[in-house]
Amino acid sequence: MISSKTSTLYLSPPRSDLWLALSLRLLAASGIALLAIIVWCLLAEAWNVLVGVGVWHFLTDASWHPTEGTFGLAPMAVASIASAAGSVLVAGPIGIGCAVFCKYYCSPMWSGAFRQLLALFAGIPSVVFGFWGLVTLVPLIADNNPPGASLLAGTLVLAMMILPTVALTSHAALASVPNSFLSAGHALGLRRGTIVLKVALVAARSGILAGIIMALGRALGETMAMLMVSGNIVQVPSSVFDSVRSLAANIALEMAYATGTHRSALYACGIALIVVVAVSTLIADRLTAGGRPRG
Amino acid sequence: MTSSTTRPTRRLLLLAATCAALPVGIHASEKKLVLTGSSTVAPLAAEIGKRFEKLNPGTQIDVQTGGSSRGVNDARVGLSDIGLVSRDLKSEELQQLQAFTIAYDGICMIAHKSNPITTLTKQQIVDIYTGRVTNWKEVGGIDRKITVVNKAEGRSTLELFLHHFGLANSQIKAQVVVGDNEQDIKTVIGNVGALAYVSIGTAEFDVEQGLPIKLLPMDGVNATTTNVKNRSFPLTRVLNLVTKGQPSGLSKQFIDYARSESVHDLVKDQYFVPLASAK
Repeated sequence: MISSKTSTLYLSPPRSDLWLALSLRLLAASGIALLAIIVWCLLAEAWNVLVGVGVWHFLTDASWHPTEGTFGLAPMAVASIASAAGSVLVAGPIGIGCAVFCKYYCSPMWSGAFRQLLALFAGIPSVVFGFWGLVTLVPLIADNNPPGASLLAGTLVLAMMILPTVALTSHAALASVPNSFLSAGHALGLRRGTIVLKVALVAARSGILAGIIMALGRALGETMAMLMVSGNIVQVPSSVFDSVRSLAANIALEMAYATGTHRSALYACGIALIVVVAVSTLIADRLTAGGRPRG
Repeated sequence: MTSSTTRPTRRLLLLAATCAALPVGIHASEKKLVLTGSSTVAPLAAEIGKRFEKLNPGTQIDVQTGGSSRGVNDARVGLSDIGLVSRDLKSEELQQLQAFTIAYDGICMIAHKSNPITTLTKQQIVDIYTGRVTNWKEVGGIDRKITVVNKAEGRSTLELFLHHFGLANSQIKAQVVVGDNEQDIKTVIGNVGALAYVSIGTAEFDVEQGLPIKLLPMDGVNATTTNVKNRSFPLTRVLNLVTKGQPSGLSKQFIDYARSESVHDLVKDQYFVPLASAK
């Protein structure tokens, strides 16, 4: 069991650690196994349409009318990516701003209360955000640019949902910056703003970016809120006021009433969602890798 | 928001329909009946089930939603004892299944209360839903963009609507697609220019609750439960219990009870139209 790497962690565990090592391996394996089982089940359920209809149709069909034999998923993939990316663009700066304020510009007492509030915010179920969006945000947009239920509404509600995630992970990342860095900044006579921007944020970037990627994943998979506020029309939006349907919302909207090929097509939609999440996460990871220490 | 005692049950069931999308393993026993299907029929079936359980101690009526398609499917493959279907059975379905009507329902167009439109012809509705007419002023209303609200694929309300207007779903140019009646109503409340179609019972109930929507007449017939009752309203549907072959035992007992006069008050509570008076 001795690997070629030199790190002692790769050595066979001593006798006393055997049980711990074994159970950790088992737990790690079960995590992977769960994912494998889910993917396998999705593939098994979708196999009929993937073979019968063909993957090509899912990518190129002009519309999504599974009961009439057209299965175009591409507009929904675009909608998922656009809304998630938009929400990260909105929530990212605000979230990081919240974290910086909380860590460096606010008394410890208020900072604690502020973080409690953010944690509470993070715990609000998505259906509540969706409901709020439907009765408040959508009518507001509808008054200016009907129909109101739109990519914009979806993006803003998603941004609200991931904001606490971004803020709390950024705060944790800033908190783990060694105090000596900040002290060194002070010793050099830097202003607080400069220390925050040029020292703390730079040192914490890896944790902050990891939090943003996690938020992106959550936004891509968010179902209920998107279902309620984005209008659910399958189309590539030409403006932010157009109604869109995300992949996740599509499954929730139609699964309860789907049978036969339609049902299988929704499983295929689930596979497409996993692919979109995996690819987006990889790309985001790659894009941000430059600004991050290796390892 | 105020609410009658039956209403929260209904809301919960609709919510359950969204959450419990996947069928779970169901085992039918002599003392237990499993009913699955249409979210329109389910709240009524659940109310009838509660009373049936009280009258027949030891029995259990388990109602799950999932749409008329699921109702047909589950009954056919034996996943449920009785399917709930809010439409007439198709000819190929009638070969295997038996339908027992327990009530009637109507579907009507709704618009925001402040929308001055009073009626739409069949042709106007077709034009609006196919995208040929996109502004209310073209059909005699205010100068405002029409927001067309449609139902998601697989819903029986959608099927009935398409069938009545002779449309295919791919012809419809909607701006919003929703799952259930309550979502339609919330969309219309939030958008003065919206046009949607919902179950008359639901819409009438919400108007009584003071929600700002109005029901549009169809072919000159007012959208009221009374007109569904006398079947003069053009867009009506039947609420059916379906079984595979002739029902027997507890299934038969339940179906007979659901069709009896003793549940008419429950049918009316749900704003549906009871059987006997519809004849």
